[in-house]
Amino acid sequence: MKAVYGLYNDPHVAQQAVDNLRAAGVADADITVISSEPFDHFEFGHRDAKTAMPWVAVAAGAAGLVLTYYLLGAGQRAWPLVTSGMPIVPLWSNLIIIFEMTMLSAILATVVYLFAATGLPGRAGKMYDPEVSDGYILVGVEDPKDPARLEPALAIAGGRVKKVES
Amino acid sequence: MDRTTSKPIADDLIRPLFQTSIWFYAIMLASGTVVACGFAAWGYQIWNGIGVSGKRWPTFWALYLTNFVFWIGISHAGTLISAILRLVNAGWRRPVTRCAEVITVFALSIGALFPIIHLGRPWLAFWLFPYPSDRDIWPNFRSPLAWDFFAINTYLTGSLLFLLLPMIPDFALVRDRSTGLRRRIYGTLALGWRGTSKEWNRLESAMQIMAIAILPVAVSVHTIVSFDFSMANVPMWHSTIFGPYFVAGAIFSGIAALILAMAALRKALHLEKYLLPLHFDNLGKLLLLMSILWGYFVFAERLTVWYGNEPHEMAVFWATQRGAYAPFYWTMVICNFVIPLGLLANPYTRNITGCVIASCGVVVGMWLERFLIVVPSLTHKQLPYSWGTYEPTPVELTIMAATFAGMILLYTLFAKFVPIISIWELKAGLPSRLDPATLSEERLLSTRLDTEEFGPELSMPRGKQ
Repeated sequence: MKAVYGLYNDPHVAQQAVDNLRAAGVADADITVISSEPFDHFEFGHRDAKTAMPWVAVAAGAAGLVLTYYLLGAGQRAWPLVTSGMPIVPLWSNLIIIFEMTMLSAILATVVYLFAATGLPGRAGKMYDPEVSDGYILVGVEDPKDPARLEPALAIAGGRVKKVES
Repeated sequence: MDRTTSKPIADDLIRPLFQTSIWFYAIMLASGTVVACGFAAWGYQIWNGIGVSGKRWPTFWALYLTNFVFWIGISHAGTLISAILRLVNAGWRRPVTRCAEVITVFALSIGALFPIIHLGRPWLAFWLFPYPSDRDIWPNFRSPLAWDFFAINTYLTGSLLFLLLPMIPDFALVRDRSTGLRRRIYGTLALGWRGTSKEWNRLESAMQIMAIAILPVAVSVHTIVSFDFSMANVPMWHSTIFGPYFVAGAIFSGIAALILAMAALRKALHLEKYLLPLHFDNLGKLLLLMSILWGYFVFAERLTVWYGNEPHEMAVFWATQRGAYAPFYWTMVICNFVIPLGLLANPYTRNITGCVIASCGVVVGMWLERFLIVVPSLTHKQLPYSWGTYEPTPVELTIMAATFAGMILLYTLFAKFVPIISIWELKAGLPSRLDPATLSEERLLSTRLDTEEFGPELSMPRGKQ
């Protein structure tokens, strides 16, 4: 993996570096910003904000609801138990289990989607610098076509530019 | 605003992972010994049979079920409170959430042990699980015990994920500051987290969705635990008020447990800069609110029974008001209502000490409440021929003590190996990280007040975001 990146201790400067990279012709999708905390009030913190995660959770919840409804009913009809005059498939008491399974499906789908969308686990071969954990913000480009052209865009006040060639 | 504002926070909160005080070993030894005694007592019960417990006809639900309900109630400290505060975007929640969520996971795990201990033959616990078997026994999904299985497991799974997901960035932080084996372990736990914008956005979206999903689950769990009682035709159990009454009680005892845990952490890990008097003040107000709500529910329940004047219900009623269980009942009222009201309604006594004293009272009072729900009703069933007495045996008491020690043991271990305050959430909530345009004048003023008191950047804004 080849990469060129800058480390910044101020989010305003990091934002400037992102803008500079765009001005240098780097596509938004090719710019990577890495930080040890979310920066919700900076533009770079909102990149990739759009997600289908809520819809996935709702869909999974609906699937869990329907599946549990049918599984419970099928199970109760296959092994009919007579309990104090209640119907063999009692909706009132089944609702409790249906509700729990609906919510569990939504929760599990959210987590699965999170991992699928972020590519976790695993970061082998990806751009990273442990100094991020000290509070630095990393702005860089992986596998750049012309690293030398990007260095001036990243070398702005307070920033340290690093290159990875391996 | 630069990294010098956030690095000291990370240093402070990671320090307990790298430094071990003598107190850690002392707590481990003391609580570990009690837990070992608890396992020995359980082994004794398994070897000699369930008869060594005090469970006798007609009181087959006794101390074990009391503790089951109590611990499930304590579990409402975490995920529920954390989810509510997250959804209303309460800025002061940031140092509190993880301390709370851990309580949920451990309390649920301990609570879920009690039905298995109560079985007497724990190796047959799988009979409770709903699976098709060739024994021609199919679980009865109309049984509240089957509902418990689904509710507790859903809540435990959700709470565990709700706790674990925000820990991933903090594991990455520890990974980058460690060497050797520790680096490999935390590296594995960090799952390759880097902190890209995409990762942060997805994590925050997931936490928001899970907070929405877990809230009704948390409410349902204790409602379903209350159904274990209210679906039975036993005096003072068959009540429509039990669902909300149990949920309110659970949140009440949960907040008390959270305050106690926070006070202990603050002292033991020197977190005075992060767990501020403000947090105790806010939680103290919540505890006060729940105390009043609890008093309202108790009054409503008791008044309805007294007014109805059903003989079999009145037998239980008077046993708790002026009979054998009266000392427990009035201690419960003092612990759950009189002490919290006296200490927390007054702003001068709603300080850390006041909150801790009130919380100790509430934990004791809520345990007594669970006991008073379970035992007096079973010893005073509809017909006098089925009346009986109950006295806990040393086996039951030892197992109960072991669960309290187990909670301390697990919590201490957790605080030793995981940053007990979510570092990234705390940093993201610093006044300098917030958008000035969204800050009200009052908020800015309160931020300055805190800054004067606690030092720049390390203070949390007073009030909500």
